[in-house]
Amino acid sequence: MAAYTLKVRRFQPESGDGPYWETFDVELDPTLSVLDGLLQAKDRDDGSLAVRCSCRAAICGSCGVKINGQSALACKTQIGEAKEIANRRDGGSEPIVVEPMGNMPVIKDLVTDMESTHWTKIRRVTPWLLPEGDPPEREYIVPPESMIDITQSMACIQCGACVSSCLSMEADPDFIGPAALAKAYRFVGDPRDAETEERLHDLANDPHGIYDCTHCFSCIDACPKGVAPMDQIMRLRRKATAGYEIDDHNNGMRHEHAFVKIIESKGTLDESLLLQESFAPGLKGKLAPRPGAIKGLIESIPTAIRGLRSGKMRSLPKLIPGIHPKLPGDAQDNVRRIYAHAEDHSVELNLYIRGEEAEEDAPVPEAEAVPAAAIEPEPDEGGG
Amino acid sequence: MAGLKLAYWPGCVSRGFTTELHGSMALVAERLGIELVELDRANCSGAGVIAEHNQELADTLNARTFALAQQTGAPMMNICSTCQGAQSECQQRLDADSGYRAHINETLAAEGLSYDPDGFSNKNFLWVLVEDYGLDKLKAEVKRPLEGLKVGPFYGCYILRPKHRLGYDERPDRDLYLEQLIEALGGEVVEYDGARKCCGFPIITMAREVSLRQAGTHVGDALDAGADCLVTPCPLCHLNLDMQQPEAAKIVNRDLELAVLHLPQLVGLALGFEPKQLGMGRHIASTEWVQERLAAPAPA
Ligand code: SF4
Ligand code: SF4
Ligand code: SF4
Ligand code: SF4
Ligand code: FES
Repeated sequence: MAAYTLKVRRFQPESGDGPYWETFDVELDPTLSVLDGLLQAKDRDDGSLAVRCSCRAAICGSCGVKINGQSALACKTQIGEAKEIANRRDGGSEPIVVEPMGNMPVIKDLVTDMESTHWTKIRRVTPWLLPEGDPPEREYIVPPESMIDITQSMACIQCGACVSSCLSMEADPDFIGPAALAKAYRFVGDPRDAETEERLHDLANDPHGIYDCTHCFSCIDACPKGVAPMDQIMRLRRKATAGYEIDDHNNGMRHEHAFVKIIESKGTLDESLLLQESFAPGLKGKLAPRPGAIKGLIESIPTAIRGLRSGKMRSLPKLIPGIHPKLPGDAQDNVRRIYAHAEDHSVELNLYIRGEEAEEDAPVPEAEAVPAAAIEPEPDEGGG
Repeated sequence: MAGLKLAYWPGCVSRGFTTELHGSMALVAERLGIELVELDRANCSGAGVIAEHNQELADTLNARTFALAQQTGAPMMNICSTCQGAQSECQQRLDADSGYRAHINETLAAEGLSYDPDGFSNKNFLWVLVEDYGLDKLKAEVKRPLEGLKVGPFYGCYILRPKHRLGYDERPDRDLYLEQLIEALGGEVVEYDGARKCCGFPIITMAREVSLRQAGTHVGDALDAGADCLVTPCPLCHLNLDMQQPEAAKIVNRDLELAVLHLPQLVGLALGFEPKQLGMGRHIASTEWVQERLAAPAPA
C-alpha cells in the first residue's frame, strides 16, 4: 500500500462554471492502476466523479484519459509508474495529473464525447469489407501470409487515445486522424477487398486525409495496443504512391517522388530543388506542373525570396537547379547502386510481426519479410 | 584527459539552408575539444520520406552511413532530430534481425562496407553533451553565462518519440535535456505549451496551412510565456519555426518575431563566441533582441 494524490480536471456542464482542478488522496498498491485510484476516490470521497470504464483489463477501450499529459488507458497505467513520471517534473511530491482526453468535447469530468471526433471519422473510411460480387458460399479462402500485413491494424480497441494525442488534429480538427486511418488500412491491406484503389484515391485526395498527418509519432506512443497508427498511415501512403501512383491534389506523391529522386542523384537533400521538384517536376522528363502545384509554388515564393536575401538559399527554386554538390568520388555511384538494388525488390521487415528481440543467426523466415510482390497492388482477388 | 572523438554526420540541411548550424557546430566542437571526423561520403537519412517510399532502400542507405561511421572507429553523432529519428528507425530493424542485416550488408559489400550492430551508437549532439561530455564539464567552460536570457526549448518529434525506439527505457530523461542544458549555460527555461509538439514541417508542401498553424501556434505560445528565443536541436524545425515564421504569422493572424537558435549557437554564445561568428545574422526572425539581452549588464 502506498499513498497517492490524484489531481483531476473536473467539469460539470449543468453547473454553468468552467473546468477546475480537484485533488484526491488515495491509498493503494503501486501495481494497481490509475483507474483503480479514480474509482477509490469516487467510492470514498465523491460519488459524482465521472469516469468511463468497463472491462478494467485494457480490452474494452472505454477508459482513455490523459495521465501527466500522456494519452493512455487509465486501467493499463500502473499508479506507481504514473507517480514516478509525475515526480520527474519537480523531483518531489508532485500529484499525478489526470485530464479528459484531448481533441474531444468533454461531457463531464473525465468522460469525453467521442462521436464527432472519433466515430464519425471511423464511419468516414467505410470500415467494412467491400468484396466483388456475391460472397462465396462458405468462407473466403485467403493465404494466411496475405493477412499478416493487417494484423497490427486489427488490434485496435477504439479507445481514442491516439486521437487524443494527435498533433495534426490540434491544428486541423477535420483531419481524419490516426484511429480512422489505421482502420482504413485494415481494409486497404485486406486482399478480399475490391475497392482498394478507390479507397486510396479518396484518402490521398482528401485535404484532411493521409497527407495531413505530420509524422509526429504521438499516436504511436499513445496507443495501448501497439497499433502504431502512424505506421499504418505511412503504409497507406506507400500503397497510394509506389503501388497505385495516385497523383493526388495534395502533392503527396510528387513530394515523395521528388525527395527520393534527389537523393538518388545527389546523395543529400537540396531543399530548393525539393521545393521546385515537388511542385513542378522536371528533373526527369518535361516540366509538367498541375494547377494546384502552381498555387503551391507561388505560395512558397515569399519564403524563397526571404531565404535568398538572407543568404540561406543558394538559388531561387528553378532558376539555377543543380548546383547542389554531389557526394565526393564514387560515393554517389554507390548510392545509385543501392537504389538500383532496393527499388527492384523492396523487402519489408515488420517488427510487429517479427518481434524486436534479436535472435542471432536466424534466417529471415519467408512470411516475415514480405516481398514487394505481396505489397504491390494485385488484380482483384474479390474471392467471388 | 583524452577528448571525445566522433564520426560526425552533419545532415543535409546544415549544409544547405542552415549553414550557420554547420559552422557553429565546428566552432563549438573545437572549443570543447571534441574531435569531429566528418562523414562526407555519407548520404541523407531519408527523413522518413524514403522509408515511407521503400523500407529496404532507407535501411540500406542508413546502414551505409553507419558502416562509414564504424570505419572511423568512433561513435557517430548527428545534429538533426530528424536524422536521429530516421536513422534510429532503420537501426531498429537492422539490429533486430541478423538475416535481414546480412541481406542489407550484401548490398553494401560492393563498396567494401558492412554494418555491425555490436557497440554501434548514434547520438544527437544534445545527447552527446549531456551523456558523454557532461553538463558539469560544460559549465566550467562557460565564459558568458546566459543570465537573464529566457529560452524556450523546442525538441522536435523525432528525438522524443517513439520513446521505446529512442532509448528512453534506459535514459528516461532525454526529454528534459534541453531544459537541463539551458540551465547549465546560465539561462532561464521558459515553459510553454509547444516544447514537445510538432513544428509541422513534414507537411509544409502538402497541407501548408495546417503545417504553418502548428509552427505559428508554438512561436506565439512561447512569446506569450515571455521567451526571448527558442532553441532547437533540429534544423528542419528551424525551417518551419524561423524561415517560415512570417508566413506562419499570417496563418495564426498575429505578429510574430521570435529568434530561433540552433543548439550549437546557444552553446556557442555561452562559450563566448560572438553572434556573428555563429551566423546569427542569417536567420529570418531577427536575433538582435538576444544579442541586446546578452550585452545588457547582468541583473543584480
Ligand atoms: S503521426 Fe500523424 S496521425 Fe499520428 S498523432 Fe501525429 S499527426 Fe496524428
Ligand atoms: S489505434 Fe490504438 S490508440 Fe487508437 S483507438 Fe485504436 S487502440 Fe486506441
Ligand atoms: S533529416 Fe534532414 S538533415 Fe537529416 S539527412 Fe535528412 S534531409 Fe538531411
Ligand atoms: S517538429 Fe516537425 S520537423 Fe521537427 S522533428 Fe518533429 S516532425 Fe520533424
Ligand atoms: S476499462 Fe476497458 S480498456 Fe480500460
